Amino acid sequence: MTPAYSVIFFTVASGAGYGLLTWLSVAYLANWWTPNAQGFVPGAIALCLGVVLIVAGLMSSMLHLGHPERAWRALSQWRTSWLSREGVLATLGLIPITLFVGGWLWAPERILMLRMSALATIVFSLSTVLCTAMIYASLKPIPRWHNPWVPPVYLGFALASGAVIAMCVRAFADTAPTSFMIGTLALLIGVWILKILYWRHSDAQDSTSTIGSATGLDALGDITQLDAPHTAANYLQKEMGFVVARKHATRLRRMAILLGAALPSLVLFEILMTEGFLHDILLLIGTASVMFSLCIERWLFFAEAKHVVTLFYGEKSV
Amino acid sequence: MTAVPDTTAKKLGLVIDLDSCVGCHACAVSCKEWNTGGYSAPLTDQNPYGKEPDGVWFNRVHSYETRSGKDAGRTVHFPRACLHCEEPACVTVCPTGASFKRAEDGIVLVNPETCIGCKLCSWACPYGAREYDADDGIMKKCTLCVDRIYNQNIEPSRREPACVSACPTNARHFGDFADPESNVSKLTAARGGYDLMPESGYQPTWKYLLPRERKAPASVLPMDKVYRKPVRDEHKSRSADAVAGVATTLKHNRATNAAPPDSDHSALPGANSQCPSGQSVNVASGTQFTTEPPDAQLTGWWRWIDRLLSR
Ligand code: SF4
Ligand code: SF4
Repeated sequence: MTPAYSVIFFTVASGAGYGLLTWLSVAYLANWWTPNAQGFVPGAIALCLGVVLIVAGLMSSMLHLGHPERAWRALSQWRTSWLSREGVLATLGLIPITLFVGGWLWAPERILMLRMSALATIVFSLSTVLCTAMIYASLKPIPRWHNPWVPPVYLGFALASGAVIAMCVRAFADTAPTSFMIGTLALLIGVWILKILYWRHSDAQDSTSTIGSATGLDALGDITQLDAPHTAANYLQKEMGFVVARKHATRLRRMAILLGAALPSLVLFEILMTEGFLHDILLLIGTASVMFSLCIERWLFFAEAKHVVTLFYGEKSV
Repeated sequence: MTAVPDTTAKKLGLVIDLDSCVGCHACAVSCKEWNTGGYSAPLTDQNPYGKEPDGVWFNRVHSYETRSGKDAGRTVHFPRACLHCEEPACVTVCPTGASFKRAEDGIVLVNPETCIGCKLCSWACPYGAREYDADDGIMKKCTLCVDRIYNQNIEPSRREPACVSACPTNARHFGDFADPESNVSKLTAARGGYDLMPESGYQPTWKYLLPRERKAPASVLPMDKVYRKPVRDEHKSRSADAVAGVATTLKHNRATNAAPPDSDHSALPGANSQCPSGQSVNVASGTQFTTEPPDAQLTGWWRWIDRLLSR
């Protein structure tokens, strides 16, 4: 599948935004991070960041549409369509998110409202990310997406990147508790291990279809494409015919793991072990590197996924 | 809307006979012609006269080569369009309800007024049947000529998809698969019509027919044993023969699927025709291909013509 930058940005940004809001809600409910004297300002910054990430992501996915002005219609088919469900949950989720952010900023004393909206924020955030993942996981013609690993990896990366951003903001304002930092790192590394397992699983997956089963001509022997129906690439080939060389993909996978897990580990180690003013910069670098690694991971998610329609264009098996 | 009906009253669709298809792309062209003025109009093109032309086509004809064992290889032309599946995930993934399957006849359509152009349905289709119109910003696909097959303004005999009318070899058959007595159901039963990519689980309505087995591949006929033989007697009534000849060849083709004896003559030196209409040229010059030695029958100016042609 051809990686579209708007979709990569959308999934990474809104995933991180929902992850961030989830953790802030959890921290609020658990009384780790409340709008008290110490927590108010970093909390406000983190909440706004979360909202910006979500809204920017949703906007980018809307601009990806051929008719953005009709986007409201996408709320109608939630009975069958994961994309519609995602739209409905993202829209409904804006209500508790607004209440939570508003309550934090202007009415921190209304504990009940804050608690209720925090709870609802967690539910809507996680379910929206799950819908995003299910859009991909439900597509049978793309075996690398149509498997049970995809939803946990999506959820995991959303939560991990959200935690990283929360930690970064908190550490900037005062100091993040050591347990928070270590927990975040553990989550991040855990999700990368999940991702590596996903890669191993999908590399080993048997092909579901072949050029023979697609055309039915396997009855006549080996099949090669003699002529495509058209002289230049058409929509199908431009949208779904993207191929990334195995060597290139392996290199990118390593780079993603390096930037997404190894470098943040080093940064955290250095912050926990030493005292110094460089910590802020290191934290920023670590966070940026995690976000960048997720963009690579998402790019690969598309680039490595083969669509069975390529079989008609000469691909041997998918 | 995007819930797929449990069952449809009719299951309209096509049987595509890969045995007859000659890869002329007439179906694709006539489809484009009809549909650029039809339900999903227009079918836009981008850069049509440039180096990399692109555009919306509902019907695409691939050509494959198959080989097995000592078979020298055979070309199979393969038209591909929407199969109006019975379990079309292209419909269920649609977030707007723009994609739908009609309960009355099973036709899968996109409503051009409500499609938002999210392209998800094209990802969900295993058969590459959906093409995005970059100018219109919406998805388009084969309509089974819904604006033709029920059209009261055209005579009943032409109320079939444009591709079916256009096919010069009758490789496309239109009918109702829900009716076991229909032409398409019978044809499917008789010739073992099959589903493309059955493992997709989409249950395509359309069926394909495999090319028939070849009795003797043309390639095993040794070239140097093939000679032209004059047919003088037929000379006088040549136009009648020409017509009869073409008809026989076509019949022969349909009935046995074996390559007609003279089907390979375009590869021979001096052959001056490649198509049924060109065949009359051969008949006109009074020669046909046989495996008998030439000189035995050649007399007079026939021999002279033969030499000239053999050069
Ligand atoms: S061939 Fe593709 S577009 Fe047509 S009904 Fe089946 S899945 Fe849908
Ligand atoms: S591109 Fe149009 S028809 Fe296809 S899924 Fe999106 S809204 Fe539905």
